[in-house]
Amino acid sequence: MNYTWNWGIFLEPSPEGVGTYFDMLLVGLKWTIATGACAWVWALVCGSLIGVIRTLPNRWTVGFGNAYVELFRNIPLLVQLFLWYFVLPELVPASIGLWLKQLPNASFFTAVVGIGFFMSARVAEQVRAGIIALPRGQSMAGLALGLTTAQTYRYVLLPMAFRIILPPLTSEFLNTIKNTSVALTIGLIELTARARAIQEFSFQVFEAFTAATLIYLMLNLLITAAMRWLERWVKIPGYGQGK
Amino acid sequence: MFSDFDFNVIWRALPYMLQEGLVFTLTLTALATAGGIVLGTLLALMRLSSLPFLPQIAAGYVNTMRSLPLVLVIFWFYFLVPYIGQWVLQSDRPIAVGAFASSLITFTLFEAAYFSEIMRAGIQSISRGQLMAGYALGLNYRQVMGSVILPQAFRNMAPVLLTQTIVLFQDTSLVYVLSIPDFLGAASKVAQRDGRLVEMYLFAAAGYFLISFTASTLVKRLQRRIAIIR
Repeated sequence: MNYTWNWGIFLEPSPEGVGTYFDMLLVGLKWTIATGACAWVWALVCGSLIGVIRTLPNRWTVGFGNAYVELFRNIPLLVQLFLWYFVLPELVPASIGLWLKQLPNASFFTAVVGIGFFMSARVAEQVRAGIIALPRGQSMAGLALGLTTAQTYRYVLLPMAFRIILPPLTSEFLNTIKNTSVALTIGLIELTARARAIQEFSFQVFEAFTAATLIYLMLNLLITAAMRWLERWVKIPGYGQGK
Repeated sequence: MFSDFDFNVIWRALPYMLQEGLVFTLTLTALATAGGIVLGTLLALMRLSSLPFLPQIAAGYVNTMRSLPLVLVIFWFYFLVPYIGQWVLQSDRPIAVGAFASSLITFTLFEAAYFSEIMRAGIQSISRGQLMAGYALGLNYRQVMGSVILPQAFRNMAPVLLTQTIVLFQDTSLVYVLSIPDFLGAASKVAQRDGRLVEMYLFAAAGYFLISFTASTLVKRLQRRIAIIR
């Protein structure tokens, strides 16, 4: 291989004027985490809502929930981001469209909304699976005790369902973080985009990508460890959870 | 709102979109799925083997691939493959690799990690008694795996493998970052040339939706049929 390695590149000042190339990566990491975390909150809220209405004894809410999941699951994330970023501002009234286009950090907000909705369909599937996994007697017992449907969900079904689906939710959270890299196509300068920029400025392509790879791996390990801790923390003593 | 929606733009772009874009996307999906399943099965066998180091190597590969964003992996291979080619062919400069070959290598290697997890679950779904029965009959490892375990594993996992193929089909849209005219890339090219982003992106979304939705409906039907037989 006639490739000149230069690991010192990360300590050299970046062409942006402030900081080193390594600082460039860190700023990218900050955007990756911010986008991933906000999108995850969005996905969790919408996904839980849709997952719940898909288990209600009502034909219309189930139908709406199913349509929602199919819509967001069957279009690639990249295409969905393009729809939010390029198409939506053209379809709303002109004044709102202009406001959307001139929004500072528009690509960040678009990424949060786009990735949030995309992941919410997957969260909805998990939430629904978690509720269905509970014995039917649980909701019946709740109703028999005089709880309303909303109270049954709040105090009986959801607390157990979320504990059951915590492991799959962990991997959906990791997917959300990974999916933020797709947003570089709409101009979000996150970690992968930063690695790409270093490659363009300095031509040290493999150093930049190796660093980004290591950062992603560390982020993964940290989140996995945190979620394992959360699983232990919320575990109900005596309730087996499959073990 | 939709007042200046121009169907003619889509109509004019249709031959290019289908003949260039969709053919690229579908070919890439089919070849990467085939390669990914073969490589994934090998990785799964490595991971379940009792030989030293093989399980660790396979696990390391699979876990690394699964923790990285596909976009980063696409960039990695786009720059790395010319150097690997140079090393393999012993030429004196990095060889030029076409866009299709580069993305095919990327998707095969990337999706193999996901297919291997599916195949591992499939192999483990077959009871160990069958493995032992095979050995007791005098079959060797190859014969036991090839004629007893793997056919059943494939059959049990067929719906999951096909679902992963649909995911792969949607993932191929990410070759956009290399400016390759796949289905989305073709739509994007026309959109920017004609300044008709609304029409072309909505059309691309509709195309992806139609194919994925039809395919996943068929997979669900297959799942029900297999469930009845077993």
